[in-house]
Amino acid sequence: MELFSQGDPIADTRAPDGPIETRWDRRRFEAKLVNPANRRKMTVIVVGTGLAGGSAAATLAEQGYRVRSYCYQDSPRRAHSIAAQGGINAAKNYRNDGDSVHRLFYDTVKGGDFRSRESNVHRLAEVSVNIIDQCVAQGVPFAREYGGLLDTRSFGGAQVQRTFYARGQTGQQLLLGAYQALERQIGLGNVEMNARHEMLELIVVDGKARGIVVRDMVTGEITTEFADAVVLASGGYGNVFYLSTNAKGCNVTATWRAHRKGAYFANPCYTQIHPTCIPVSGDHQSKLTLMSESLRNDGRVWVPRAKGDDRDPREIPEDERDYYLERIYPSFGNLVPRDIASRAAKNVCDEGRGVGPTKLGVYLDFADAINRLGRKAIEAKYGNLFEMYERITGEDPYEVPMRIYPAVHYTMGGLWVDYDLQSTIPGLFVIGEANFSDHGANRLGASALMQGLADGYFVLPNTVANYLAAGPFEKVDATHPAAVEARRDVEDRIQRLLAIDGDRTVDSFHRELGQLMWEHCGMERSEAGLRKAIDEIRALRDQFWQRVRVPGNGEGLNQSLEKAGRVADFFELAELMCIDALHREESCGGHFRAEHQTPEGEAQRDDERFAYVAAWEFTAAGEPSVLHKEDLNFEYVHPTQRSYK
Amino acid sequence: MNLTLRIWRQSGPQDKGRMIKYQVDDVSPDMSFLEMLDVLNERLILGGEEPIAFDHDCREGICGMCGLMINGDAHGPQRGTTACQLHMRQFKDGDTIDIEPWRARAFPVIKDLVVNRNAFDTIIAAGGYVTAPTGSAPEAHSVPVAKADADAAFESAACIGCGACVAACPNGSGMLFTAAKVTQLSLLPQGQPERYTRVVDMVDAHDEAGFGGCTNAGECTVVCPKGIPLTTIGRLNRDYLAATTRHADTPGT
Repeated sequence: MELFSQGDPIADTRAPDGPIETRWDRRRFEAKLVNPANRRKMTVIVVGTGLAGGSAAATLAEQGYRVRSYCYQDSPRRAHSIAAQGGINAAKNYRNDGDSVHRLFYDTVKGGDFRSRESNVHRLAEVSVNIIDQCVAQGVPFAREYGGLLDTRSFGGAQVQRTFYARGQTGQQLLLGAYQALERQIGLGNVEMNARHEMLELIVVDGKARGIVVRDMVTGEITTEFADAVVLASGGYGNVFYLSTNAKGCNVTATWRAHRKGAYFANPCYTQIHPTCIPVSGDHQSKLTLMSESLRNDGRVWVPRAKGDDRDPREIPEDERDYYLERIYPSFGNLVPRDIASRAAKNVCDEGRGVGPTKLGVYLDFADAINRLGRKAIEAKYGNLFEMYERITGEDPYEVPMRIYPAVHYTMGGLWVDYDLQSTIPGLFVIGEANFSDHGANRLGASALMQGLADGYFVLPNTVANYLAAGPFEKVDATHPAAVEARRDVEDRIQRLLAIDGDRTVDSFHRELGQLMWEHCGMERSEAGLRKAIDEIRALRDQFWQRVRVPGNGEGLNQSLEKAGRVADFFELAELMCIDALHREESCGGHFRAEHQTPEGEAQRDDERFAYVAAWEFTAAGEPSVLHKEDLNFEYVHPTQRSYK
Repeated sequence: MNLTLRIWRQSGPQDKGRMIKYQVDDVSPDMSFLEMLDVLNERLILGGEEPIAFDHDCREGICGMCGLMINGDAHGPQRGTTACQLHMRQFKDGDTIDIEPWRARAFPVIKDLVVNRNAFDTIIAAGGYVTAPTGSAPEAHSVPVAKADADAAFESAACIGCGACVAACPNGSGMLFTAAKVTQLSLLPQGQPERYTRVVDMVDAHDEAGFGGCTNAGECTVVCPKGIPLTTIGRLNRDYLAATTRHADTPGT
């Protein structure tokens, strides 16, 4: 059987044309409005309370809509946006260093390796400046200079200093700002907050998204919830790899269930792997922790020259070390971009020269920097990171080189949306990491926070009105056949998972799936590996449905049951990721195909054949998906090949 | 190493609950405390028992979801560290470790080690914000903020809302949590217009939620994984006093 079939092309019909600087203004003007009295009659469901979902729910409620918000955590303040460290980009040009909306737009399109839409990215750069104003007004304590003005730094290889930050906790502070705005609306009675609730199905009535099926994770009660529009802000799917920097609960269920109901899934193979994470310490490992990329400014990356050299790193003499980044990339050295650094670390470990207990690690050595600048200077720059490293590994990085290894931490792919952030199901909007829209094949540092808040505060609240202007829609309740069916599907699935009563735990399957994905659909992919992975994922999925053991019952808090449902969806997504990676016979951004590299081993794009968004349509369980291509046109930024030698 | 765990098991809010003893062998010192519980849970599931329910999410000390009383200490023996960042090398072979949920009137137990902390959200909803509807913000540089004030506001804003302060307090008070938000916003110019209504509304919500009063025992700040200082409660008290005396019913003062 073929792995997929080719469907009709798809186009972003909402995107206005004309000069790029005028497109967002024109779209806002041309979009229909909803008068304030009518807003009160309409309900919007928002799933997820991270930067995108929290800011959208608060803003829609401020505008006068009735909002129902859902999150799986015990409080909306805990969504995983909170863990973002570095900062948020904005084209304020406070440094007078040549930044502009156009430059941020240019950097983002190029950084995305020419696989994103120019119109979307330009809009993102335009609203970036409003985000900083909004957050400051909310009392977000950004870092400041002695004169009282905002401090900025450079980030992710940008040549301008456009990254605003709050120590190493920028995500936390921005999220708490959005959370507080949301809590204000909850206090005013404009938002109904449902924490510890998980969306398990989308309800589609007459072709429109009209509601969701949720499970109350405390009582186990399954209910159907209805609205005039549904917004998914449920984050990325990095946990398909089991080990990632995502929170343990991050999952693909909300977007995957919507995909099965007709929403196209775009570019699922685009995953970003961050080079500087603390390595796995053993089979017990449950998640990975990121160490800020800034460490590569002063640390030197190396492994022993010889395979299996188990000596204490301090006893390995200089001429028996391989500073491989400096050797292979003499001009960029330790500062090569994320994807290059990650792949190089994998290569030396594959050669058997990895370090640490699992041999999947490389040294990041500060000895030279400490000799040159003194311990005090290093402490001032990186003290908190060194402390965190020591807490986790028990090793003192001032004395012994750090060990690092790449880890999955962001997914650029997601549900396909048009310029209005509406999916292929009318009334279903998708924002933040859950959509595919702005980062192309690779996201730049400090741009995730920007996109989440752009979507939630400024884009969606404008574009959703164009859809709701036709509402309020005919009332739907729990007795509607579509709702009855969606609810029954959820209940059946839960009963099926509980009834298997096999001999393996959910985590053991998730771990095995993650290893498969990491091996074959991680930093480097090949046709043979992907074909093997697809077969093995299918076999493992069959095993899962025969052998998994989910203890307890569906009533009340059951964390094993929650995990089982999420892993079942990860199995289906994993297969689509591999098919997407297999069909994209080029290397671009976070997608590196072994067969498509330059003679120097760099990523080789194929703009002739692959300058498109791959939007996948679900057909039926076990049937091949249908590929719809959205052509990408570059009028303002012309595609070039990257080089770091 | 081999450990004996005594863990609080409670099937639901109505159950009385009890400590149950478990033996866990071959624990690696490199495991995090929660990974050690994962290992036990895997074994319990395969043995046909219900795994131990506990809250956790980011496992990097920032989301505030985890919270365990470990040998009577909120988040365990290592200062400035959440339970998820605590590693087993802090313990010795042969140790017996008691693991209990947060215990406070305002945080009822849902199951085993999982408690309901909604009361914290209620306190924020009562006033822990600046009223600044989206789109209404002035240019960010129109109001400079002294670096010292911005830095001090950040110190308080670092609170992760885990509830360790409440669990450690002999009165079950949530005053450190409340004071952290009050302090952050009262240090910033953006927080001034609502400064005196905020503090009263938040303290009222705190009291109504069933938290106890603060008697300056100071246990809260010792266990706080983010080191929120006790002086924030002093700041809250000053604002509260001003709000209920000088500023009471006198607009514009």
